[in-house]
Amino acid sequence: MFIARAIVAVSLTIAAGISPARATDAAPSRVVSMNVCTDQLAMLLAAEGQLHSVSHLAGDPGVSVLADEAGRYVVNHGLGEEIFLMQPDLVIAGTFTTRATIDMLRRLGFRVEEFAPEGTFEGVRANIRRMGELLGRQQRADELIAELDAGLAELASEPAPPLSVALYSANSYTSGDGSLSNAVIEAAGLQSIADRLGIVGVQRLPLEQLVLSNPDLVVLGERTYDRPALAHENFRHPAFTAIASQDRLVRIPDRYWICGAPFTLEAARLLRDAANAHAEAAR
Amino acid sequence: MSDRISYAAVLGTLAVAALALFFVSLTTGPADVGFGESIRALVSGDPDLLTLVMREIRLPRALLGLMIGATLGLSGAVLQGYLRNPLAEPGLLGISASASLGAVVAIYTGISVAFPLGLPLAALAGAVLAVLLLRVMAGERGGTLTIILAGVAISAFAGAMTSLVLNLSPNPFAATEIIFWMLGSLTDRSMTHLWLSAPFMLAGWVMLAMLARPLDVLTLGSDAAASMGVDMRRVQFLAVFGTAASVGAATAIAGAIGFIGLVVPHVLRPLVGAVPSRLLPASALGGATVLLAADILVRLIAPGRDLKLGVLTAIVGAPFFLWLVWRTRRRML
Repeated sequence: MFIARAIVAVSLTIAAGISPARATDAAPSRVVSMNVCTDQLAMLLAAEGQLHSVSHLAGDPGVSVLADEAGRYVVNHGLGEEIFLMQPDLVIAGTFTTRATIDMLRRLGFRVEEFAPEGTFEGVRANIRRMGELLGRQQRADELIAELDAGLAELASEPAPPLSVALYSANSYTSGDGSLSNAVIEAAGLQSIADRLGIVGVQRLPLEQLVLSNPDLVVLGERTYDRPALAHENFRHPAFTAIASQDRLVRIPDRYWICGAPFTLEAARLLRDAANAHAEAAR
Repeated sequence: MSDRISYAAVLGTLAVAALALFFVSLTTGPADVGFGESIRALVSGDPDLLTLVMREIRLPRALLGLMIGATLGLSGAVLQGYLRNPLAEPGLLGISASASLGAVVAIYTGISVAFPLGLPLAALAGAVLAVLLLRVMAGERGGTLTIILAGVAISAFAGAMTSLVLNLSPNPFAATEIIFWMLGSLTDRSMTHLWLSAPFMLAGWVMLAMLARPLDVLTLGSDAAASMGVDMRRVQFLAVFGTAASVGAATAIAGAIGFIGLVVPHVLRPLVGAVPSRLLPASALGGATVLLAADILVRLIAPGRDLKLGVLTAIVGAPFFLWLVWRTRRRML
């Protein structure tokens, strides 16, 4: 019966060549999210029973702040077939989600909304607001934005020590202007060395430039892996260990700032605390 | 006599070129620092950040470029003489790929973290297996085609196993590092890597250098060489383990860098009168020159993008290889 319906739906779509419009006025009641960031925004915003499925990454505590909560939802792996069978009335995806899958879902007549990753706190507010509108939960969205703004205001109200910060990740990558991490450093009241070096977005920061820029704090992700890879060898390089002594290393769990949400404030708070501790020790 | 002078001139020119490029390599990098300033920082003992950069980042890179280039040039010259095959080269014969496989197994299973010497040893083991297999495939009078085809098969198999190990690694970064192992790079290698690989490369060089005279005699054919008192088993031992130790250690640190071992001996052979014992030191210097030049170019062409060395060596080497095939085609068929 179900399969028959599916076949009819597919053939209808093919025959008509256009997407059968679904009701969009009423709030969707069966929402599927395919991206760890939209997963978390949807979990924060959705009404009881409205969100049906989140991606498998939502349950990974390494990248998802709401990993515990993700267990309440059906897990998807971003595969078109899987999502088709769930028959959602709204699919939420990230702009980095596989193109082929999204195109297929659209062809099959599903309503797909894509969210771009945020590079600023203004972008975070915009995404929260948009998610709230899509889910018919504007009021909850306003609450979350207020929570975010209150946190930012609180950080801005206390003076920060004038310290420089370098983000250094696997394979010598760093994030500069236009990345959420840079916005977090700014919110913490600190100076990113990426600005001084003119780094825009996510770029490689050669080790020798990192050494010569002599940052007060070096921020590493907290993730550890079971098995080694060359990507992490830069953390063991003698030149790196020489400048990134224990009192300069700050570990901020990736899950707080991979995605923009009110919990991103936690990354800024951790950074501010580390800076205060460093300034305290230097005194 | 004039022959000897021109040989000295070739060696001298190559040595000067290698030394000059060594200093250019030392003073090339993403951090824009002047030549004099960086050399001063290198030799001064001040606990200064630039000194740290020069001693821990630039110096190991330049030294490794010199040594790995010499290894590739030297082993290419020895393999061409030993296998009496103009197309022999560690990359084409699958020796580099097998050494990569050994290194990959050691690194990604975590063995090399617990036991650092495991890295060069595993790469050496991979390289020994490849050379022995080639020797068996080639037989007593292995034709050019047989050896090259065996090399293709070994390369393909080792490459596939390398990507299997990397794909199966639970570390999400491992799979993207296939490109490093297949194309090679010297970016951000450290003194630790140098200390780990240099003894193996030096030991390999000594063994390969001991082949200089036997290779001269071997140009007359292995029967003639044996009748002239060349111990063929000793020659085989030195060629196999000398190549494996030096190429294995080089590959474990910098990945598989192709074509240098092929092109350099061919270009230099006419300049040294086609005498193997003269070709060996010239090829070592020539290999060092070429690899240092390639490593400088990757930093100039695409700074901050970590362009792989194998990209440049293949741009020059692959057309050269095709030309060699074209030239030797009549003999092979």
